[in-house]
Amino acid sequence: MAEKILLKNIDVPGLASFEVYRKLGGYSAVEKVLKNFTPDQVTSEVTKSGLRGRGGAGFPAGMKWGFIDKKTNNPRYFVCNFDESEPGTFKDRHIGQLNPHQLIEGMILGSYALGARTSYIYIRGELFYVLRIIEKAIAEAYKNGFLGENILGSGYSLDLYCQPGAGAYICGEETALLESLEGKRGNPRIKPPFPAVVGLYGCPTVVNNVETIAALPWIINNGGEAYSAVGIGNSKGTKLISACGHINKPGIYEIELGLPVEEFIYSDEYCGGIRPGHTLKAVVAGGSSVPILPANLILKTAEGKPRLMSYESLSEGGFQSGTMLGSGGFIVMDETTCIVKNLLTFAKFYHHESCGQCSPCREGTGWMEKILHRIESGHGTMKDIDLLVDISKHIEGNTICPLGDAAAWPVASAIRHFREEFEEHVKLQKCPF
Amino acid sequence: MPLLKVTIDNIEVEVEAGTTIMNAARKIGGSVVPPAMCYYSKLEGSGGYCRTCLVKVSQGSFKDNRPMPKLVASCRTPVQDGMVVQNRTSPEVMDNRRAITEFLLINHPLDCPVCDQAGECHLQDLSYEHGLEVTRTEEDRRTFDPIDIGDLIKLHMNRCILCYRCVKVADQITDGRVHGVLGRGDHSEISTLIQKAVDNDFSGNMIDVCPVGALTDKTFRFKSRVWFTRPFDAHRECSKCCGKTVLWMKGEEILRVTGRKDKYGELEEFICNDCRFEHKENVDWIVEGPRKIERHSVISQNHYEKLDIPEDGEETE
Ligand SMILES: Cc1cc2nc3c(=O)[nH]c(=O)nc-3n(C[C@H](O)[C@H](O)[C@H](O)COP(=O)(O)O)c2cc1C
Ligand code: SF4
Ligand code: SF4
Ligand code: FES
Repeated sequence: MAEKILLKNIDVPGLASFEVYRKLGGYSAVEKVLKNFTPDQVTSEVTKSGLRGRGGAGFPAGMKWGFIDKKTNNPRYFVCNFDESEPGTFKDRHIGQLNPHQLIEGMILGSYALGARTSYIYIRGELFYVLRIIEKAIAEAYKNGFLGENILGSGYSLDLYCQPGAGAYICGEETALLESLEGKRGNPRIKPPFPAVVGLYGCPTVVNNVETIAALPWIINNGGEAYSAVGIGNSKGTKLISACGHINKPGIYEIELGLPVEEFIYSDEYCGGIRPGHTLKAVVAGGSSVPILPANLILKTAEGKPRLMSYESLSEGGFQSGTMLGSGGFIVMDETTCIVKNLLTFAKFYHHESCGQCSPCREGTGWMEKILHRIESGHGTMKDIDLLVDISKHIEGNTICPLGDAAAWPVASAIRHFREEFEEHVKLQKCPF
Repeated sequence: MPLLKVTIDNIEVEVEAGTTIMNAARKIGGSVVPPAMCYYSKLEGSGGYCRTCLVKVSQGSFKDNRPMPKLVASCRTPVQDGMVVQNRTSPEVMDNRRAITEFLLINHPLDCPVCDQAGECHLQDLSYEHGLEVTRTEEDRRTFDPIDIGDLIKLHMNRCILCYRCVKVADQITDGRVHGVLGRGDHSEISTLIQKAVDNDFSGNMIDVCPVGALTDKTFRFKSRVWFTRPFDAHRECSKCCGKTVLWMKGEEILRVTGRKDKYGELEEFICNDCRFEHKENVDWIVEGPRKIERHSVISQNHYEKLDIPEDGEETE
């Protein structure tokens, strides 16, 4: 890749401190914007960049900002979603831990564009040590005049807070996050209205993912057009991929969108191939909620085109033969992996994390877990396999928030692509692995 | 404001802007009305949880005639001018309603034979109409011990469908809220903070809004099956509430006092605990006459009142 956008300086010792970050050119985007840009010009650069939300759904960031009603007299809020808890996804933590000022700089840029005077970073409760790092960085930014009253003499003032959650995956869903931030039970809200209209404390609000926000300084420094020159099709820029599983080099990689999946898995620059003596069996490409794909379909589309790491290519073929880029949690499994057992682990997670507001998800997630447990432990029947598909179909699309879908898709896709393995469990009356 | 035109199961109706599909359907009445296990028109922000009221929007509006991509909760979706909705006429809706009913039942104890709500339970009605004849679950159900929330209300959490109605009652019509949802997912439970007693003038309404037998009246507990009691409209002078109630009588004895419910099972007006729990003597009340129960339910099978039976033998509502 030509130039790294997000992780360029990540290995520089002491990067988390204000001095080092500043010496490497940090906060120059804030200086540039406060001197020369109107808020709308910032939004327009972001729109031009083609940057899409990195939290999972891939919604264009500039467009989301454009939904904010700027004429109201109500305050507006900019909120960073740092709840990162999806199994397989561990990229935001990397930024928060090693380069907190990049996130803070992005927060200032976004807040300025939206006209927010108070902004929040909502961080997952378990990441307490990262909270400490970010709080220290926020204090440094205040001390150096990049936060607080009248930033750099521009007349623009901003307060930034980092608020920990209590460790619930559901608080990553943006409206549950807002409820939690307000001090309430983290239940997703029924939409519409969307946060752009009724968000935090009833005011217009934008929620963006850590990685989305961390890309803003580069976009301002280099221009939206420069960003959109990176990537492919409607997948602009770079993406952090947290790769784990049976690969030689698990870790966090910044890739240019459009990189062939095969290259990502096998080249030494990235995952370095499957561990010695083993072969690729399946990949969950975008965090635990996206459909699992078998080796042949993750490397090539159903039509035989090479599969690329991009929003479009990964979803080519729909759910029949494709998947999603999601949050970039790339879980690689070799032939020693039991698909049923892996699915049981995911199902347990969604059952445990369902907020319980709506009946299909509250009841269906637990039911699916129990059936999977039965099959995995050798007590399942052939009927159970169809029952699982039936349950997943009736959760999907029928819930208040997408957690229901996130619980249903892995089940449906595992059975779609690995049905024989489920049947083998039933026939042998035990797990064949 | 011009009225909006909406078509539900091929029947057209005109409603004001801001009306939900559910309330437009209630304006038409009859079988086009989706079942509601959590929506309660008198409680703000209710609805959206149970998903039994899902319907298909096959045309969004006159302006945008595309169908909506997913089924929508009719109780929380406002109508648009020219919207076309399918409820009973959509096999997809009926199939999903069957599934939702099943979801609501998989952790439900089905202990109707010992449940005070039996006979006036919305979950019974829903299962009767939309449920499967067989159960497809063989798993254990989640269980909780029944607890007293105050001297007057019993909570059987096992039966709760987490409709949030009682939470909204506690929030909106009682003071000093001490009651809410603890925990998450299918292990969440309705509870009071550290089992603090619910003790205020209007808490008894939680019993009436509960669609199932999760919250029951301890003063009526195990006294009688509801279909052996006879409901009478009655009223009294009350300084706290409207004083308009239904007395559930066995012989001369008042076994239970509740608010008056309409055909959707919703209270016409909330009543106070004084009327509900403290006045069980005949002299306390001025009896107006037998109560007509409009909902289809076993209690309306008790012929305490002459039903209006038309020629074809089917009773009307
Ligand atoms: C159950 C659930 C969990 C989620 N968790 C996260 C999360 O941890 N971090 C995140 O950025 N987005 C998460 N999302 C997506 C957010 O709702 C939201 O779309 C995102 O924060 C928007 O930011 P973006 O546009 O920058 O991606 C989650 C969504 C759901 C349904
Ligand atoms: S889908 Fe699940 S997590 Fe989302 S609101 Fe419904 S019960 Fe809660
Ligand atoms: S106790 Fe009754 S009213 Fe309260 S949430 Fe449960 S079912 Fe609803
Ligand atoms: S009545 Fe509409 S979701 Fe429960």
